[in-house]
Amino acid sequence: MSSSLEQMYQQVILDHAKSPHGRGFVDLSEGHLHGESHQINPTCGDEVTMRVEFDTADPKVPTISSVSWEGQGCSISQASLSVLTDLVTGAPVAESEHLGDLFRQLMQSRGKGLDEDLEDELGDATAFTGVAQFPARIKCALLGWAALRDTLATSGVLVGPSATTADQSSADTPLPAQSPQAPQENR
Amino acid sequence: MTTTDTVRAGLSATELAAVRADFPLLARTVRGGRPLVYLDSGATSQKPQVVLDTEVDFYEERNAAVHRGAHQLAEEATEAFEDARSAVARFVGADADEIVWTSGATAAINLVTYALSNATIGRGGEAARRFALAPGDEIVLTEAEHHANLVPWQELAARTGAVLRWFGVDDDGRIRVDEADSVITERTRVVAFTHASNVTGAITPVAPIVARAKEVGALTFLDACQSVPHLPVDLHALDVDFAAFSGHKMLGPTGIGALYGRRELLEALPPVTTGGSMIEVVTMTEATYMPPPQRFEAGTQAVAQIVGLGVAAQYLDELGMENVAAHEHDLAVELLSIADIPGVRIIGPAVPEDRLAVVSFVVEGVHAHDVGQVLDAAGIAVRVGHHCAQPLHRRFGIAATARASASVYTTSEDVTAFREGLAGVRAFFSVD
Repeated sequence: MSSSLEQMYQQVILDHAKSPHGRGFVDLSEGHLHGESHQINPTCGDEVTMRVEFDTADPKVPTISSVSWEGQGCSISQASLSVLTDLVTGAPVAESEHLGDLFRQLMQSRGKGLDEDLEDELGDATAFTGVAQFPARIKCALLGWAALRDTLATSGVLVGPSATTADQSSADTPLPAQSPQAPQENR
Repeated sequence: MTTTDTVRAGLSATELAAVRADFPLLARTVRGGRPLVYLDSGATSQKPQVVLDTEVDFYEERNAAVHRGAHQLAEEATEAFEDARSAVARFVGADADEIVWTSGATAAINLVTYALSNATIGRGGEAARRFALAPGDEIVLTEAEHHANLVPWQELAARTGAVLRWFGVDDDGRIRVDEADSVITERTRVVAFTHASNVTGAITPVAPIVARAKEVGALTFLDACQSVPHLPVDLHALDVDFAAFSGHKMLGPTGIGALYGRRELLEALPPVTTGGSMIEVVTMTEATYMPPPQRFEAGTQAVAQIVGLGVAAQYLDELGMENVAAHEHDLAVELLSIADIPGVRIIGPAVPEDRLAVVSFVVEGVHAHDVGQVLDAAGIAVRVGHHCAQPLHRRFGIAATARASASVYTTSEDVTAFREGLAGVRAFFSVD
């Protein structure tokens, strides 16, 4: 097998794909803010539905209390969902957005990777560096991250205390999925 | 398959080597110097040098606007343009004025569905009333259709109030033609079906469907994208009313395809795209339209591609479609042998009779994308995904398959390399 194939299918990816973390919906806690997103990759039919629950006890620093999902797809998409689950569970929402941005940068790196300190932040997700050499597979790796971004945008969690002028719940005014950071002027 | 009295149809080793030498792309390497094993001809075929040369030659020697201009170049361009129409028409058993150029098969299908829409709202006058659809009229499809022969009919139904019905497919992926009497009813106005599935490779028995459609006075529309490049096709003999096929799957250029329509139907059908080149008299408030095929060819056509497609049809004609079909039949037999590989399951007929060398499959425990990636690393190009046929995949309870598809230039060695590559896939992913 060629080396680029092995760079793509790192053992850590194969392991995550075989027993992915976060698969299977968890029950939501009463009264907690949550969001859900369904994403498909129209070129191959892969799909995921992600459910994210937030802890807003400290309204200034909302965190992700749980991530669970159902879906089917290739080993890259399933492993990426699994790694995402590990990375963002328990993380502040802002941190999860930052990780998503880093991961998208990694996927645009054409396989060259990111600076070492940034890769440290991504942990297991740096195993996907090899995927970025295969343009047709980048979407597979991004499927879960697209679901997370959409969940953050539509759940209302981004409309935090710094945006008190938005007095409507975001369920009525969903933010555009492509620019979830838009309301976060202070980042 | 077809045999003659003296020699079995097919391609000799020498003939096949000569064919391969005609396709420059087949000589390239991929993924670090590996020879290319191209098994994605069902998606698009490679092009022989003569087709490429023809397009260049057109631009270098003959380029001019067709059907207008009184100069020599315009004459030569028009002649090349219409000669191509004749060549393609002959190739599919049609008359030249029954072939309408379109940008592809998808455009050809949309052309007919929008023409029926226009007829429904009264365009085309008395002659076109036969095409008008009323709420409750039925459009019959099959579960095996490519989205291109499904979604345009869904849209037509939504615009007219017509209702969709469809043939199912059996566990082998063959269309349940035995359902014809119940699926096609007195309310059926159109029956649109594929001649050969781009997923299962199954060849549809056309005659019983056409016979039943005629009983109830329904129009028939044949998606011939997969059949025209691989089988002898005689549209007059098949007796369908309309058919569509694409150039790029039959060794021709991209961006060009054709709609076939029986002459008297095309003559009655209102235009869809209107503008220059398709009119007779234009005033500030109205226009009269040319007879077919020009009525359906508004604007500047893809002339260089059309001339190239004419040469592609001639190229296949010279090889003989009986020979092409026999060669690909042998390849189908070899491709089907992958069913012996542990964990490999073919979606489609397991036998080579009445099927193309188009073999879709799943590898238990490994997603189609991952199968394709491992094969790609060995230089083997296959298609992965739903192949624009989601309902058919849903019928089999799967989201995606991998597909190997052959063409006239495909060799036994290609299939052997594919078999060997495929045999290693489950080990790579440690699936047992």
